[in-house]
Amino acid sequence: MWRLETRSEASLAWQIATPVLAVIATMLTGALLFGLMGYDPVAAIRTIFWDPLFGASAGYSRPQLLVKAGPLILIACGLAVGFRAGIWNIGAEGQYIMGGIAGAAVALAAYPAEGWWIFPAMVVAGAFGGWVWGMIPAVLRNWFGASEILVSLMLVYVAQKIAAWMAFGPMRNPEGFGMPGSRNLGQYPSAANPEMFPGTGIHWGVIAAAFAVFGVWVLMSRHIRGLQIRAAGEAPRAARFAGVAPAALVSFCLGLSGALAGMAGLFEAAGPAGQITDGFGSGYGFTAIIVAFLGRLHPVGIVLAGLLMALTYIGGDIAQLMLQMPAATVQVFQGMLLFYLLGFDLLTRYRIRRRVTA
Amino acid sequence: MIDPTTLILMILSAATPILFAALGELIVERAGVLNLGVEGMMIAGALAGFAAAHASGSPALGFAVAAVAGAALSMIFGLLTQFLLTNQVATGLALTLFGLGLTALFGKPYEGVKAPSMGPGIFGLNWVVWLGLLMVPLLWWFLNRTRAGLVLRGIGENHHAAHALGHKVRTVRLLAIAFGGAMAGIGGAYISIATVLQWTEGMTAGAGWIALALVVFAGWRAFGVLAGAWLFGGVAVLQLRLQAAGVAVPVQLLAMAPYLATIVALVLISARRRGSAAPGSLGQIFHETS
Repeated sequence: MWRLETRSEASLAWQIATPVLAVIATMLTGALLFGLMGYDPVAAIRTIFWDPLFGASAGYSRPQLLVKAGPLILIACGLAVGFRAGIWNIGAEGQYIMGGIAGAAVALAAYPAEGWWIFPAMVVAGAFGGWVWGMIPAVLRNWFGASEILVSLMLVYVAQKIAAWMAFGPMRNPEGFGMPGSRNLGQYPSAANPEMFPGTGIHWGVIAAAFAVFGVWVLMSRHIRGLQIRAAGEAPRAARFAGVAPAALVSFCLGLSGALAGMAGLFEAAGPAGQITDGFGSGYGFTAIIVAFLGRLHPVGIVLAGLLMALTYIGGDIAQLMLQMPAATVQVFQGMLLFYLLGFDLLTRYRIRRRVTA
Repeated sequence: MIDPTTLILMILSAATPILFAALGELIVERAGVLNLGVEGMMIAGALAGFAAAHASGSPALGFAVAAVAGAALSMIFGLLTQFLLTNQVATGLALTLFGLGLTALFGKPYEGVKAPSMGPGIFGLNWVVWLGLLMVPLLWWFLNRTRAGLVLRGIGENHHAAHALGHKVRTVRLLAIAFGGAMAGIGGAYISIATVLQWTEGMTAGAGWIALALVVFAGWRAFGVLAGAWLFGGVAVLQLRLQAAGVAVPVQLLAMAPYLATIVALVLISARRRGSAAPGSLGQIFHETS
């Protein structure tokens, strides 16, 4: 039989190889699933993973890659920091929604004034909204010992209800003929977050994501706080003896990931989404969790993982259009990918040896 | 005003889905495993149960299929965490995302279809509610009065010690995980077959997460789970009554009540207990070395 031997140090080669293996295994399983559902497996895989980049309508879909990857990378960067410390913020979706609402609130309050200060104020408000929503589980954990996993998740549902309330109540567009949803910020020049260079998909959110990637890299590999975070995740007791205050770490990680998710929400509300609606939260906060893991909680990995996830979103849209494939296919793909990734991870931490029977 | 008997019946019915799911998770956690995939297994049960009940016209068959579906899905989690030694938090989360996606994919044909009738039941409550109530003393007895229950608790408290005593940590945990999945599946099916009477995407709406919080709230005790489930059933019913009565509060804000109540309950209970009632090996990876 087989036995598992713990590696003294995680294997670097396997750390890089497992995400690739997981993607390949997901594609194979996906092809099998498509075959069972009655689609041509090869065509389906090509539509999702190849056509968005090199297909007939690639000119339209390629810029979408950065539009979708931007928020995913921005949120995942923050989450990765917390996950490294063993602090589980799984409510990024709620922080994203609250950031979007807070940022949009500034714009709607300023409307119809024009000024250079409006957009920066919205960014600050968005980050603040997400930060507040992230600090609630942090404070409840620090003061009362309540699980940050459950509290942050419950707050996702609360945020969704607030978004619905805003869309039907306080933020409803007074010139919208009674339709739910706020004013379209895309038509309000001082508040809009448009594509900056035509054909690239780059908007302020993508630029913020780039800064976040660099910032998190510096934090985790060059800053004392990053060392504390890694220590707390790998050896909590040792970290405590070394003087790392757990409460401060919880606040830092949840606050940071909340603020980044909030900013992602604001850039979305002012840019691609354009308004606060009933269904403003579109699942980026949950997909970002997969991005963080797929990227091995490392900034460079997160960029690659974010781009791959964005690809599946766009490919899924195309498959929906061209092959009449249900929209939820992508969700299943993403869940499967995380399963394979976690499973293959065994190889980075253990060696598989044949059991010797003496 | 509403008469007290009807109110009690409504609360008992509203409490049933989270009661099943939380009782299942209680057994899983007492065995030392934290499965955050309850929401995913519930929604799988909701769809599979609804589909089977609709196809056969028999709600009972629907609940049986829901239990099998929940258990089957839970085995993905079992395989990954027990054999491939994956992180339980991440794996449970993946299970929830996977379950939500899978049901959205296969649920489309069942949208707008009606569920078969549950029948009148006993004292105005259908048999699933009674089964849920019966499970509480049954599981209490299993955990506290049987040898198997003692082994399960021992494994949850300290898996290394239990392993040294010759108990099969992995086997017991896999059985517990399967049981938790089956219970979550039944709980989910209760929402689609007996409460909402139809299938809609994402219809469990966080019930699985509330069930997880309920286990903490209950201090990992069976009767505590029952009390908690009634409390949340009460909040849910009250919220619906207030909506129906046309209170001058937006519907969306009233709908937050169950989630806010969960947070409040978690805070109150965590402040008093500081997690000391949790099983000792909860959520830890068991690596069998010899």
